[in-house]
Amino acid sequence: MDFLQTVKIALRALRTNKMRSFLTMLGIIIGIAAVIAMMAVGSGASYVISQQIASIGSNIILVIPGSTTSGGLRTGSGGVQTLTSDDARAIMTDCPSVAYASGTVRTSGQIVSGNMNWSSVIMGGTPEMFEIREWPVVNGRSISQEDENSASKVCLLGQTVAENLFGSADPVGSIIRIKKIPFTVIGVLERKGQSPQGQDQDDTLFVPLRTAQRNLVRSQRSGIVGAILVKAKSEEVIDKAESEIQSLLNQRHRITNSKEPDFTTRNLSEILAVAEKSAKAMSLLLGSVASISLIVGGIGIMNIMLVSVTERTREIGIRMAIGAKKNDILLQFMTEAVLLTMLGGLIGIALGTGGATIVSRLLGWPTMISIQSITVAFVFSAAVGIFFGFYPARKAAGLNPIDALRYE
Amino acid sequence: MSDVISLADIRRVFTMGDQQFEALKGVSYSVAAGEFVAIMGASGSGKSTCMNILGCLDRPTSGQYLLDGLDVGVMNSNQLADIRNRKLGFVLQGFNLLARTAAVENVELPLVYAGFNSRERRQKALMAIEQVGLAGKENNHPSQLSGGQQQRVAIARALVNSPAVILADEPTGNLDSTTTGEIMSLFTTLNRQGITIIMVTHEHDVAAYAGRQITFKDGKIISDSQTGQLV
Repeated sequence: MDFLQTVKIALRALRTNKMRSFLTMLGIIIGIAAVIAMMAVGSGASYVISQQIASIGSNIILVIPGSTTSGGLRTGSGGVQTLTSDDARAIMTDCPSVAYASGTVRTSGQIVSGNMNWSSVIMGGTPEMFEIREWPVVNGRSISQEDENSASKVCLLGQTVAENLFGSADPVGSIIRIKKIPFTVIGVLERKGQSPQGQDQDDTLFVPLRTAQRNLVRSQRSGIVGAILVKAKSEEVIDKAESEIQSLLNQRHRITNSKEPDFTTRNLSEILAVAEKSAKAMSLLLGSVASISLIVGGIGIMNIMLVSVTERTREIGIRMAIGAKKNDILLQFMTEAVLLTMLGGLIGIALGTGGATIVSRLLGWPTMISIQSITVAFVFSAAVGIFFGFYPARKAAGLNPIDALRYE
Repeated sequence: MSDVISLADIRRVFTMGDQQFEALKGVSYSVAAGEFVAIMGASGSGKSTCMNILGCLDRPTSGQYLLDGLDVGVMNSNQLADIRNRKLGFVLQGFNLLARTAAVENVELPLVYAGFNSRERRQKALMAIEQVGLAGKENNHPSQLSGGQQQRVAIARALVNSPAVILADEPTGNLDSTTTGEIMSLFTTLNRQGITIIMVTHEHDVAAYAGRQITFKDGKIISDSQTGQLV
């Protein structure tokens, strides 16, 4: 018997009991729709997280001062001022896996422009800092090496600072006062959004490192930086860059085995990895919940197919009497089950895709529907049909024609 | 004429637990091509068991069964399905059509399993429907046909693959006497056209349509008589 004919017979059997076929399919429809929607929302969530983390900049290593012990009391990290601008320059020139390094200082203070004022974070950094954080200027120009060398009193504004001091007016060229010292605004940075910790990264003002060291922060000696931001040449060499930095600074700070290092390095890709892992765990969880509903749907199919085999015992007997082989009967019932689940799968894919789109429209939450998840869902629904259809189909094929013909 | 069916010392033993029941105790007879045979007997006489063996739905415990020259006893279930499809046509007692399926498609069913393409199927099925006098009703579903008409569709289905023998199991079992007469004269007409028919019945007036009556009792043939055919 040809396959097309088998499909036709199966379709007719499904049409005969439309309501029952639909209710049977419903389990698969809900299961597949749930898988598709969950996967879409889950991968949307992990996309958001990785975007937020990438907004800090990728391949970044942070070097911060370590702790010190004085009179039995240990300070926390950053309790001492041990890192200098020279350390930053040395890291950039001597570590082969490092692309950029910039010493940074951080303070906060009142910023005044005309009759407006705003308190914000003030960061001092060398021009490399904007390369490291992948943060371009959208209006005006960035801080140049010359600004850094001459410690000129220029500044770049984050979007939030610019809005609060200037509203919609163009701030470039204006004079503002930072801690009562006049600075010229040379540019405005692109909007960066929130950091993973929820801080507004745009509520920051940037000045050249040397300017900050001389005019805005107080330190025990000159050239002290609060932290050094480092960008590795690529993601693969982050760990290598980190150990190069450690051995270089150990050497420069004369750290021996017996002495605790006076600095710590942190690697942002670790945070990224953790965040991605948790997003993956979330979609795995959602996916497994959805898979359970698929299995439940499959059991529903098996149940209905068993009822159907019993109901159609006489039909099976007639088919056998006029020449159907065991395999013909097996194939007929398998085809019915697989058609049911594949049809359910297709409807489920449509519903899941629609549901995910509605979620992303209404909640503004990005959803990502991949071709893979659709393919996997479709193949899975067919597999559910094969798996749960096999037992009832084998039961039908195994009927004795004499008994089947006598069945009323 | 050559024998279409030849049974030699057929025995059928059913085993239930440790009890054995011999339903056929050495049955031998042969049917020549073109015969119309009625198999008679009370229930439990072995006539149904014999019919199942003739129909290749069951295999004898011992003895030899030749159908159209082929030894059916040594075949596996797939080969038997093939034999049922090509050599035999079944007419069963009532409800032997697929519901919600047009008459012509019911008739086509054996051809589906025989592997004919849809045009050949339709052509042969329409011819068989015309042969049983149902031309014009081919698209009706069984529920739109009377009991007699349904049985005619079943006969058309039995005819469609040009079998060696038509096996009818109580073909008039749930028909009234007028319709019974119609069906039996259809069988007689078909037999005159050269088709071999073997029919199981327990009604003497139905059996009287056949040219030969074989009577079973307690698993054995007690009489095998040729009579003139009634018209």
